[in-house]
Amino acid sequence: MTGAGPARVRVEAAVRRIREAVARPLRIMEVCGTHTMAIGRHGLRSLFPPDLRLLSGPGCPVCVTPGSDIDQAIDLARRPGTVVTTFGDMLRVPGARRETLDAARAAGAHVRIVYSALDAVELARNEPATEVVFIGVGFETTSPTIAAAMKSAREGGVANFSVLPSFKLVPPAMTALCAAPDVRIEGFLCPGHVSAIIGVRAYAPVAEAAKVPCVIAGFDPVDILEGVAGIVEQVRDGRHEVVNGYPRAVHEDGNPAALALLEEIFEVGDAAWRGIGVIPRTGLNVREGWAALDARRKFGLPAPEPDDLPEGCSCGLVMRGVIVPPECPLFRGACTPAAPVGPCMVSSEGACAAYHKYGG
Amino acid sequence: MCLAIPGRIARIEGDVGFAEFGGAERRVGLMLVPGARVGDWVLVHAGYAIQTLDEEEALESLRLFEELLADEPGAAGAP
Repeated sequence: MTGAGPARVRVEAAVRRIREAVARPLRIMEVCGTHTMAIGRHGLRSLFPPDLRLLSGPGCPVCVTPGSDIDQAIDLARRPGTVVTTFGDMLRVPGARRETLDAARAAGAHVRIVYSALDAVELARNEPATEVVFIGVGFETTSPTIAAAMKSAREGGVANFSVLPSFKLVPPAMTALCAAPDVRIEGFLCPGHVSAIIGVRAYAPVAEAAKVPCVIAGFDPVDILEGVAGIVEQVRDGRHEVVNGYPRAVHEDGNPAALALLEEIFEVGDAAWRGIGVIPRTGLNVREGWAALDARRKFGLPAPEPDDLPEGCSCGLVMRGVIVPPECPLFRGACTPAAPVGPCMVSSEGACAAYHKYGG
Repeated sequence: MCLAIPGRIARIEGDVGFAEFGGAERRVGLMLVPGARVGDWVLVHAGYAIQTLDEEEALESLRLFEELLADEPGAAGAP
């Protein structure tokens, strides 16, 4: 997995540090779908002592998008003269009505996959008679790219472009997870590319409020194992510091230009997380001055609702770190990637899909 | 969803750049990296450069990314 000698030495050293530091049952969490996949793919859990539980939190933006947002996107895609543009991974996730964008498209709704929000603006520019709506899903890594597209649209006089906002903020959600009485998280492996935007300092309030160590990690198995080692050593020593284990891409202040753009276009508001509920101040709403680019205002749509998941689905418990996917009664039986029930099995970066593909 | 790929800026037109990814050129929004110049390495997510990288960092990230792509074509297609 890591090829050359030095990486192997670092892997062995990190695993040794982890084994030495874990002296009692311990639960830590990663909150990044890309980490979820890397951990599964490299079988990193198999290297941990049995007392260490590495949980997958709400790190998949597609999974936490409320079904009501997907329903609204489907309704917009059926509207004459309107095209809904989206990243491809939203297509197969069922909304609250259990419909998917993919099925709606097959039945004639106007849905187009784009690689970037910029492509959606380009489409709007080329088809001025069409209303082009982009589904604004994502954490702090993605929201600045969509903000940039909104700014380009406005500056370029592209009036037929708007965004259906469903953005989420990671650090305040981490703090909220720790406050729940049934969740006992003792440390966080923090997402590398979210951190490239928000910076190291953004986790200080989490570490302080929840008294848990926060270690930012890249996506290499070595990065991840060293991050986990740093977390469990802090727990052993009773510390709760923020550590940057991914200095290749993450700086103390993050990306100030991206943060300024987010601040210019959005304001922090409450957000509905699928399967979890409304978490105060974990979302981004479009500011009044940018209302013309907010599809919800433009088309008079109601605010998102924290809908129920399908009957028997435990995605909410999985994403809050209360259980791991194999503990869901539907896992591998009624719920598989070929016939998924919940969003964490649909999305390629969902915890259930990762466990199904790679095992625990 | 938060996958990001290092690329090198080949040319710039306004706030849109064209970055090279292993020989292929692709349009990349530069609004989030106002200081970026031709020849710089940037980390690209969802069609926008989200951070500048020094060359050594970029090559290291690239090596890891290629490793990730090697047996994960499906997952790597996510933005």
